[in-house]
Amino acid sequence: MNYHSPASFAEASALAANATGITRFLAGGTDVLVQLRSDVVTPDTLIDIKKIDGVHDITRNADGSWTLGVAATGAEMTEHADLGRDWPGLVEAMDLIGSTQVQGRATLTGNLCNGSPAADSVPAMIAAGVTVTVTGPSGDREVAVEDVPTGPGKTSLAKGEVISAINIPARGENGGDAYLRFIPRTEMDIAVVGVAVNLRLDGDIITEARVSLGAVAPTVLLVEDCAKAIIGSALDDAALDALAAAASAACNPIDDKRGTIAFRTEVAGVLAKRAAKIAYARAKGEQA
Amino acid sequence: MALDDRKSEFTFVGTRPDRPDGLDKVTGRAKFGADMSAPGMLHGAILRSPHAHARIVKIDTSKAEAHKDVKAVVTRADFADVPFKPGLEGEFWNVLENVMAGEKALYDGHAVAAVAASSALAARDALKLIEVEYEVLPHVTDVDKAMAPDAPVIREGAADYSVPEGMHPNVVRYHESGHGDVEAGFAEADLIIEDSFVTEATHQGYIEPHACLGMLGNDGKGELWCTTQGHWIAQKTCAALLGIETSQLRVTASEIGGGFGGKTTVFIEPVALALSRKANRPVKIVMTRSEVFRATGPTASASMDVKIGMKKDGTISAAQGVFRLQGGAFPGAPGDMTAMCAFAPYNLTNVKQIGYDVMSNRPKQAAYRAPGAPMGAFAVESVIDELCKKLGLDPVDVRLKNAAHEGTKASYGPRYERIGLVETLEAAKAHPHYTAPLKPGQGRGISCGFWFNHGGETSVSLALSEDGSAQLMVGTPDIGGSRASMALMAAEVLGIPYENIRVTIADTATLGYNDVSHGSRVTYASGLATIKAAKHAVEKLCERAAAKWDIPVEAVKWENGCAVPSGPNAGDFDPMPLADITADMGRTGGPISGHFEATPEGAGVSFGTHIVDAEVDPETGKTSITRYTVIQDAGKAIHPTYVEGQFQGGAAQGIGWALNEEYIYGEDGRLQNSIFLDYRIPVASDLPMIDTVIVEVPNPGHPFGVRGVGETGIVPPLAAIANAVSNAAGVRMKQLPMSPPRILAALKDNNG
Ligand SMILES: Cc1cc2nc3c(=O)[nH]c(=O)nc-3n(C[C@H](O)[C@H](O)[C@H](O)COP(=O)(O)OP(=O)(O)OC[C@H]3O[C@@H](n4cnc5c(N)ncnc54)[C@H](O)[C@@H]3O)c2cc1C
Repeated sequence: MNYHSPASFAEASALAANATGITRFLAGGTDVLVQLRSDVVTPDTLIDIKKIDGVHDITRNADGSWTLGVAATGAEMTEHADLGRDWPGLVEAMDLIGSTQVQGRATLTGNLCNGSPAADSVPAMIAAGVTVTVTGPSGDREVAVEDVPTGPGKTSLAKGEVISAINIPARGENGGDAYLRFIPRTEMDIAVVGVAVNLRLDGDIITEARVSLGAVAPTVLLVEDCAKAIIGSALDDAALDALAAAASAACNPIDDKRGTIAFRTEVAGVLAKRAAKIAYARAKGEQA
Repeated sequence: MALDDRKSEFTFVGTRPDRPDGLDKVTGRAKFGADMSAPGMLHGAILRSPHAHARIVKIDTSKAEAHKDVKAVVTRADFADVPFKPGLEGEFWNVLENVMAGEKALYDGHAVAAVAASSALAARDALKLIEVEYEVLPHVTDVDKAMAPDAPVIREGAADYSVPEGMHPNVVRYHESGHGDVEAGFAEADLIIEDSFVTEATHQGYIEPHACLGMLGNDGKGELWCTTQGHWIAQKTCAALLGIETSQLRVTASEIGGGFGGKTTVFIEPVALALSRKANRPVKIVMTRSEVFRATGPTASASMDVKIGMKKDGTISAAQGVFRLQGGAFPGAPGDMTAMCAFAPYNLTNVKQIGYDVMSNRPKQAAYRAPGAPMGAFAVESVIDELCKKLGLDPVDVRLKNAAHEGTKASYGPRYERIGLVETLEAAKAHPHYTAPLKPGQGRGISCGFWFNHGGETSVSLALSEDGSAQLMVGTPDIGGSRASMALMAAEVLGIPYENIRVTIADTATLGYNDVSHGSRVTYASGLATIKAAKHAVEKLCERAAAKWDIPVEAVKWENGCAVPSGPNAGDFDPMPLADITADMGRTGGPISGHFEATPEGAGVSFGTHIVDAEVDPETGKTSITRYTVIQDAGKAIHPTYVEGQFQGGAAQGIGWALNEEYIYGEDGRLQNSIFLDYRIPVASDLPMIDTVIVEVPNPGHPFGVRGVGETGIVPPLAAIANAVSNAAGVRMKQLPMSPPRILAALKDNNG
């Protein structure tokens, strides 16, 4: 195994482009090292991106948008009070990952690129409209988070491409987001269903919404029918029921050790309602 | 056994001193199974079957042997020829067959070959070079299906004499017991409920995986370091499996990171020794978590039918149960224990129980705290709860009305001596928990539970040092704080401070045979032996004082750590402290030590009653346990904190078993969830504060009144939680675990 710790993303990209066999980038390593030790994936090339300048930075830009370095950890996000005020749902989603120890290492980028349909931060990022900057052999491109995963363990990143930044939109006025997951325990478990809702209000009426579902299909889903169900409403019971129905209808889950098809489909609707209520309350200015 | 030394007033017993192993454990100084190494040591790894049931056509190890880092490869041929016998009589054969497959791989994870290499990584990679040709056979993993006429036969001839004619060959042991006339009893009942229940297999879930370091020379002499609940059984079994003399193998038990019954046999130990013998180097093996789940003993899974008749006043007029347990591809599932314990809390005129031990293509079940009892209690206590509800009776009152007491003929035969079930029920009734108001969506459940407890072969030595301190050597690995309890009991007899006594778990070369730390026997049996060994030393101390004072030894007694004249006639001497006697013991007759060995028979059965509150989310089926109270008879709590720890641990493990833990098999017969991520043991935040009440009804069979407390605590939880959840959800839950998908489905069925 070859281990590299490049000083720039261009260098990281070049290393990856020229590598043969299995290549992994090393962010927090909470997926990569676990898979290595349990003999699931043994990379031929390991490219540690944590030595690149600025990868731990969490920056609020002049327009209110945010740029996160790719090695910013869950703990660093949770400790950043302003980020949590703007995007509580996204920060909470990241904070659900693992334990205190895992939080000190795990990153949004790693969670996204590991490609699990149950990844907790991914629905929250999709609902928030997050994009990633991808550095490749032919320069940088910006990609919406929902376009990154293509199937379990698979992403749309090409050989030699590495994510170099995470871009979170400006929160803006009267907006709120929330993420809820279902696990049978209280922590240290993998989502059986995950739902993120991000919305904006004009008075009591929802004017914009994005709803994303995790763990109910081969990739995390952005569900437009869910958004339609609540846009134009004040999140009354009829809108909530329509939201739940749309969420359940979008599910294409599997029966496995973590949950059944019937259970996932049903609970996606339940969590969609609950998450929407929290996001709505936050948009109204209620602090969670 | 003479119990002339009964005691009920105590100086040290019943106090809560710091645990002697505490500092070692919090600083990382304690040496667990994987913490030992030796010069020239190799690392072993085991190749396991990916099939649930397959004939092993051929194993080609040549490529692995050619690997430069590989020093030995073993298969079944490298073990002794152990004779096959049916049932449990052939237990050495059963263990060997489990440790290394013979003609067939019998479950997903069954060991088929092993390598020793110069690094753990090399050993792991070398396994991939071993080529095994399998002929895949039909498999069965479910107990009811394994008994069905068309089930694949796992091993002809495994059934013992107890199995009636005409049963499927997978049924290997049969138990039937009871008394009275159940049909007549059912005829007297005002209400009869008959229902069926299912529980899944769960794993003991000890945090420390199996680990050992073995060294065996071609001269048949060996050393073994391992994490185990019983190093003498490890010694005896390894010797048999390797064809060496028992005494030539010295086994030392490491510090143990949990066992709960699962470390009462061997898995990797004989493999390490076989590899070592071949490589002529020490070999260390440490299991991965996945190996622990796939190849070490979970509990049996169970399918049960229970029928109980009750009169309007709550009297149980008849009870019967059929308990079918599958324990993997070997005899041993405790269907007999389930049957015998199921109705044991009650004073019944008419009772009948049947237990089946059934084989299937799963790993060999191992003991797990009160093996077999929790499942039976789940079925029986659920039916009692339902009867109480339908008849409008209070569940504690009904249990009190039917409770067994001294003199009751137990459902499994004998008459009880003094027991404390009624006292636990009365404590439950008086506890504020029992009458605390419930919030909407919450339900309360109660259950009683019973376990036999065990004595077992026990040998203890105590040696005094010149400075008046004492070292105590016991042979039962400390799985629950027994070093503290032993020191307290020795302190009580010797009259010296707890801190002056160091307790060591002696190796197999140091003491006579000691049975495993199981059956809740350690504080009872090693405790009894400790008391007797300390008494033995006290006799010698008194002899030395008598000699010094030149009076007969009968005129000397032992009081508060000193020899004193037994009365005014004995003479007028100042009390002679223990340290004064030991200071010159070398000149007054030699070292002073005490010794005791026996197989004590008075373990004293134990009962408990649990109260549980549960809250169910009707939209997701998720349960949280909001309040939990354990009430159990400890006879006499030597170190109450440890007793409370056992109670709480039983409840915690019971919560896991009841709500989310389960072995999940795919259609292919492979275990789907062999990591802690997907085998859902409770995490700390899943548990409420678990309140405890220690009831003390002394056991007549122990000098200080001790009853074992390690196992009874896991008997009531499944039922108590199921009753609480059923009451909260408004639908009777008959299958464990009560995972959210199962509860949600039950709610839907109920409403739809
Ligand atoms: C105990 C434990 C509990 C966990 N609990 C959860 C949980 O509750 N929810 C959950 O969603 N996950 C959980 N995880 C999984 C894991 O922690 C998360 O997926 C985490 O976010 C991964 O981040 P990382 O930085 O550690 O990724 P790494 O392991 O470093 O990398 C993961 C993947 O991302 C790729 N990658 C990393 N950086 C880049 C980059 N800059 N560009 C392109 N590709 C990149 C790597 O090549 C690799 O394929 C848990 C893991 C553990 C060990």
